[in-house]
Amino acid sequence: MNTQNPPGLSFQDMILTLHHFWAQQGCAILQPYDMEMGAGTFHPATTLRALGPKPWAAAYVQPSRRPSDGRYGENPNRLQHYYQYQVIIKPSPANAQELLLESYRLIGLDPLRHDFRFVEDDWESPTLGAWGLGWEVWCDGMEVGQFTYFQQVGGIAVELPSFEMTYGLERLAMYVQNVERVYDLRFNNAGTLYGDIFLRAEQEYSAHNFEYANTTMLMRHFTDAEAECASLVAANLALPAYDQCIKASHLFNLLDARGVISVTERASYIGKVRNLAKACAEIWVAGERV
Amino acid sequence: MATFFLELFSEEIPARMQAGAAAALAKIVTTQLASLNPAGIRLFYGPRRIAIAATLNDHTTADALELRGPRSNAPEAAIEGFLRKTQAARAELVEENGFFVLRRNIQAQPARLLIEKTLPVALAALPWPKSMRWGGSGNFAWVRPLRRIILLLNGEIVPIIVGPVTSSNLTEGHRFHASELIEVSGVDDWLDQLREAHVLADQSERRAAILAGLQHALAARALVLVDDPGLLDEVTGLVEWPAVLIGAIDAAFMDLPPEVRELSMKVNQRYFALRDASGAPAPFFAFVSNIEADDGGAAIIAGNERVLRARLSDAKHFWTLDRKSSLESRLPALDQIVFHAKIGSQGERAKRIAALAESIALSLGAKPAQAAFAARAGLLCKADLTTGMVGEFPELQGIIGGYYADDATIGAAIRTHYQPKGPSDEVPRGFVPCSVALADKCDSLFTLFAAGEQPTGSGDPFALRRAALGIIRIIIENRLRLSLTDLCGGHDDVRHFILERLRVKLRSDGDRFDILEAVLGASADSDLVRLMNRVAAVTAFLATDDGRNLLAAFKRAANILRLEEAKDKQIYQGSAFDASLLHEPAERALDTALNAAAAALKTAWDAEDYAAAMHNLAQLRAPIDRFFDAITVNAAEPDIRRNRLALLARFRQAVALIADFSKIESQGSES
Repeated sequence: MNTQNPPGLSFQDMILTLHHFWAQQGCAILQPYDMEMGAGTFHPATTLRALGPKPWAAAYVQPSRRPSDGRYGENPNRLQHYYQYQVIIKPSPANAQELLLESYRLIGLDPLRHDFRFVEDDWESPTLGAWGLGWEVWCDGMEVGQFTYFQQVGGIAVELPSFEMTYGLERLAMYVQNVERVYDLRFNNAGTLYGDIFLRAEQEYSAHNFEYANTTMLMRHFTDAEAECASLVAANLALPAYDQCIKASHLFNLLDARGVISVTERASYIGKVRNLAKACAEIWVAGERV
Repeated sequence: MATFFLELFSEEIPARMQAGAAAALAKIVTTQLASLNPAGIRLFYGPRRIAIAATLNDHTTADALELRGPRSNAPEAAIEGFLRKTQAARAELVEENGFFVLRRNIQAQPARLLIEKTLPVALAALPWPKSMRWGGSGNFAWVRPLRRIILLLNGEIVPIIVGPVTSSNLTEGHRFHASELIEVSGVDDWLDQLREAHVLADQSERRAAILAGLQHALAARALVLVDDPGLLDEVTGLVEWPAVLIGAIDAAFMDLPPEVRELSMKVNQRYFALRDASGAPAPFFAFVSNIEADDGGAAIIAGNERVLRARLSDAKHFWTLDRKSSLESRLPALDQIVFHAKIGSQGERAKRIAALAESIALSLGAKPAQAAFAARAGLLCKADLTTGMVGEFPELQGIIGGYYADDATIGAAIRTHYQPKGPSDEVPRGFVPCSVALADKCDSLFTLFAAGEQPTGSGDPFALRRAALGIIRIIIENRLRLSLTDLCGGHDDVRHFILERLRVKLRSDGDRFDILEAVLGASADSDLVRLMNRVAAVTAFLATDDGRNLLAAFKRAANILRLEEAKDKQIYQGSAFDASLLHEPAERALDTALNAAAAALKTAWDAEDYAAAMHNLAQLRAPIDRFFDAITVNAAEPDIRRNRLALLARFRQAVALIADFSKIESQGSES
């Protein structure tokens, strides 16, 4: 059944290929943001830089944590920690779709052999007060990425709409390597598997996320982050303030995984994080105009 | 005669918006270019392009315009408003017969000029359900980035600018199979060259190609397609160069409920479900790719099989896990699921539905044992909300519960209790399923109305209109003899809401909704089956000559009575009537006919034999026509006049037993 070009890029070679390609397109290749977050979009290089009048182009890998997706390492493709490859180019270039398809070609997916499609998907992040229009990118019926033209972030309509692309690296690598279980992915070409690095982490963090995380402490930290964010906004320090927003968002995700947030509380938590994001976005934009 | 061609080429347009956009484009052309008499319109739509071709007159025709403006003594503001609206100067106005008049000669205008003048603005305003800006588009918004416009008149480019795009005669072929730009001279050239460039631009040709491809691929394997025109339309909107491929489903997944497999396939993947020659679900699926792959599609098939395998593995996991716990054992977990903040949990809801289902079953004449089944099914009908399968496939709630129930009767009732989910969905059948389905819908209506969640003009988030319509259809289509008043208990607001939906339904079914008003006007009836029988009988009656004439006679009688009753300040209905005062044969005949009909009508009415009732009513036609021909109601002798009015009132009363015909709009010759 293996109809890929064997053996397919290793996980890290895929990242290196993408880095090289997007660097050639003028992107600053950034390193992951040093905080826990649910998606690469939360990185200030995307959220904040999508706002304001200045052009911007960056690409980076962002470790992403979704506490409630933990499966104790038992599910073949669900992880509470995984990698997103994130590209943002502002304003969106006219050939964004072609660039993207070229990047898939370099990874080993030839669009004359694999069926690539752009399938309607309106992206929205209630916690970031952000939305955009675009597509899920499909390869042979599988979602291999999310393509968005940003329209609004932090409740503010963008001045220059960005092209934002998110690749789900594990899923893409599983396809390229023709592997059915994420832990069987070849991480490098020297025999190290994805599971060697992450299986134990998935087991332990799943237990943490669902059973052991101290919810009283998490709630306190949420309140602290909210207060700290507000005082940093008052001091007009957009980036440190936004760190507290990222923190609050992750704390909320942990509390959600622990099952201590009711349906009605949920909406209120999301609203709180959105308010933080809005406040940060506003002072960021003001600072960009100076 | 000029040929007109317009193509709007963009990044991928959502399939569900394409046909609407093409229709909007047609409207723009036919309204903006109306004076060029657009004809022979051809519309094309697909994932990356919307296009229109038409023939136009070469010029608009010269014309003389004459507009009457405000009165000569109208306030200054009105005159200024008129000048602004017509873009006229004060000096152009002429005073005639107390009015200002504007006369203008309109010059013939070349087609090209009108196109240049009107289309840029109109196209920029083409309505999309959701639109966006992109790099370089400024404030211009489109569904996805608009990349090219072809605008040709007789093969020549008409230069216009829409947002960031200037029109040309260039387009692009298939995203992967063609790389050269294509220079186009007209619609047929466009279709031919695109076909060369691996694009079937005509949606009906594309749809037919997919269908032919499916039939060809399936015939070879003795497989049959599960008909799904909606899916076929959607897929037609997702590809420019369709290639049909067949994938296999692992045998391990064939014991899953077919609904689970087919939902995964259709909703998530846009695959077609297949049956074998015996009609049983086949372990294959059909799908449509957008390229002609150099390996014959082997990699694409392998990839799609892999995606389906992952999805069905999840489903299989839940299928196995869920069935380790009975529905009964899941009931406590329902108490933890909020149905609505102001109403309470799903657990409380299930208990209410159980009680309601039981009482409905009893009022339908079910035996106590059957009613107990209804109560049990009602209690368990929401239990599948706690299963992994419904968590993964929320669309299958109810159906999954039906599979997990340990009793067939209860399973059937749970399975269909959300039905009908739409106008084309089936209604539940049988005492127990009907009782549970009615109870579920009634409970939603009662509790959500009480919580202030009535549908508004802008929204119906709890689908209460659908619930009311479901109640109507379940009752009528099963011919359930059930009083709506009893069903609604004290919830008058809900009863009114359901009747209002019945009116809307009749109107949208193309039925005479004034007849429903007339029937309801004669006597309130909360038995929907009887109500609909009466409506059907009156509708049929009014379609006959007798019916139409009797309606006219009724209106005439009612008019005379209304006028005379107002004049005399008295109601003639039930007033003293003296047969001995009847002198003329025509009035005696009417009296005799009324005596005969009234008794027969009453008998037929009580027996709910509305056809017979109508037949009896028809017997009045000849006598009432003769009466009006031969008799002057307002006779000179007051007692004879009063007696004749009383006779007419008896006629009105007899007819009004069936329906309040004054509410029926006259149609046809007598109007």
